[in-house]
Amino acid sequence: MDRKAVKRVTVFAGHYGSGKTNIAVNYALEQRKLFERVAIADLDIVNPYFRSKDAIGVLEENGIRLISSPYANTNVDTPALPAEAYSLVHDRDCRSVIDVGGDDRGALALGRYAPAILEENDYAALLVINKYRPLTATAEDCIEIMREIEASSGIPFTGIVNNSNLGSATTAENVLDSVEYANEVSRIAGIPVVFTCAKPEICRELDGKIENLKPIRLYVRQSFDKKEE
Amino acid sequence: MAKVLMKGNEAMAEAAIMAGCRHYFGYPITPQTEVAAYMAKRMPKIDGGVFLQAESEIAAINMVIGVASTGKRVMTSSSSPGISLKSEGLSYLAGCDLPALVVNVQRGGPGLGGIQPSQSDYFQATRGGGHGDYHMLVLAPSSIQEMVDLTVKGFDLADKYRMTAMILADGTMGQMMEPVSLDVGEVKTYEKPWALTGTKCERKPNIVNSLFLKPDELEVFNNARYAKYAEICKTEAMHEEYRMEDAEICIVAFGIAARVAQNAIDEARARGIKVGMIRPITVWPFPKEALNKAADKVKAFISVELNMGQMIEDVELAIRCRKPVLFCGRSGGMIPTTEDIAVKIAEAAQIGG
Repeated sequence: MDRKAVKRVTVFAGHYGSGKTNIAVNYALEQRKLFERVAIADLDIVNPYFRSKDAIGVLEENGIRLISSPYANTNVDTPALPAEAYSLVHDRDCRSVIDVGGDDRGALALGRYAPAILEENDYAALLVINKYRPLTATAEDCIEIMREIEASSGIPFTGIVNNSNLGSATTAENVLDSVEYANEVSRIAGIPVVFTCAKPEICRELDGKIENLKPIRLYVRQSFDKKEE
Repeated sequence: MAKVLMKGNEAMAEAAIMAGCRHYFGYPITPQTEVAAYMAKRMPKIDGGVFLQAESEIAAINMVIGVASTGKRVMTSSSSPGISLKSEGLSYLAGCDLPALVVNVQRGGPGLGGIQPSQSDYFQATRGGGHGDYHMLVLAPSSIQEMVDLTVKGFDLADKYRMTAMILADGTMGQMMEPVSLDVGEVKTYEKPWALTGTKCERKPNIVNSLFLKPDELEVFNNARYAKYAEICKTEAMHEEYRMEDAEICIVAFGIAARVAQNAIDEARARGIKVGMIRPITVWPFPKEALNKAADKVKAFISVELNMGQMIEDVELAIRCRKPVLFCGRSGGMIPTTEDIAVKIAEAAQIGG
């Protein structure tokens, strides 16, 4: 990560289940190595399951501020955002990583902060895509979801994150096979593939074969997860 | 076919489409909303596909009754409070001997309860769901792949026996993601001479009805239905065994609870405790015979559930109370941890063989 190239605000949005939350957590941890003050905001107002709050331990240990709905992971099925989320756009000395809810409905919440983000104009808005998700399996599907999210959030995307994976069953070949797909999305959308994510083991295997490969760790493991082979 | 990464809720929706379901009626409720959201995206793109968000759960289940009576494959989905609303319709489906697939992605209860995962609708599902003497076929998947496979199987069994098949899942199973193969093989179809398809003046009208004016006639139908249930109990009970070969303690768990139990078993085995698991895949019919056989060999059972103790009654009945059955459960949206289960395993290990 190049300190000068990092925008003050980084937004991750995309189809639900594309891996936004985990990427946002990894990205915030990486930024924390370069910057004193880093905040991560969970703006998901759609899904109360599998939230960045699940990773609160590793975020706190690393001095990253978590801004999350007080109702995340509770029984309150209310699309509410905390007042402190405004600090994302007003506290300009702090790096902000924003984890947006899935699809266009999830991205609605971002719209509230869009005017300030656009006015400051120091942001990256990254579309997270996964070739192995049935509703984003083709470049055309991705573009459709991308346009829907942009219409709903009011923020144009500036780049693509290729997070093509099959969960714990992902192989290096799966990742290699997704390069063409990500490039196709990039070509149609007219924005670059900023990085491709994979587990650290796979990144080692693919060293030199894919540009801008970023190792991503899974920070939250659950008691019902199958043991990794 | 190459694998794809799916949420449980999406996987059930896609599997239903692959099984030939072209009619989905639903109403949103967390944590199953992605079933409806997925159907809303997919159905309009399929020839003859209908997605309809009804004005309520009650409306949705009555639309299901309507389509089922024409012999078409039809599906609805909801979560616990919504299933209660549908329960009148479930009883009508049974009374009319109609096939349908109903998904319950359970959340904590009673009442409005919560939105986190639960298995506290076990009694409701395995005892029929609504009023009257009847059963549903109840399938309890424990992985996203099994959600695909059992959705297809559910449609098949529903048609074969003219019954409602229920997929009994929970919030976590609905929300979690795993790689799945959507290669469901050949989908069987059934002749449905009873269906309301229009006589074209070529046959006598079919009648689909659950009202009987004479009690003796109603009894004949109930007896026939229970003869069918007896056959199903003999032939359709499904279960999976895990490390049972030399087990002295048998954990019984289904769905998400079985996944935690499996990890707990591996940990206990590493400590030298001989523990295994019988995982019911159908909870109605319940795999009684497998449990009864296990009771000859093990010294104790542990029923692990996300509720206050429901399936434990079926375990005790299946083994005729011949061995002690311990209970390990969490409720309200909590999931038992491997540590919770380890405590019960240690307790069971103390029991004299």
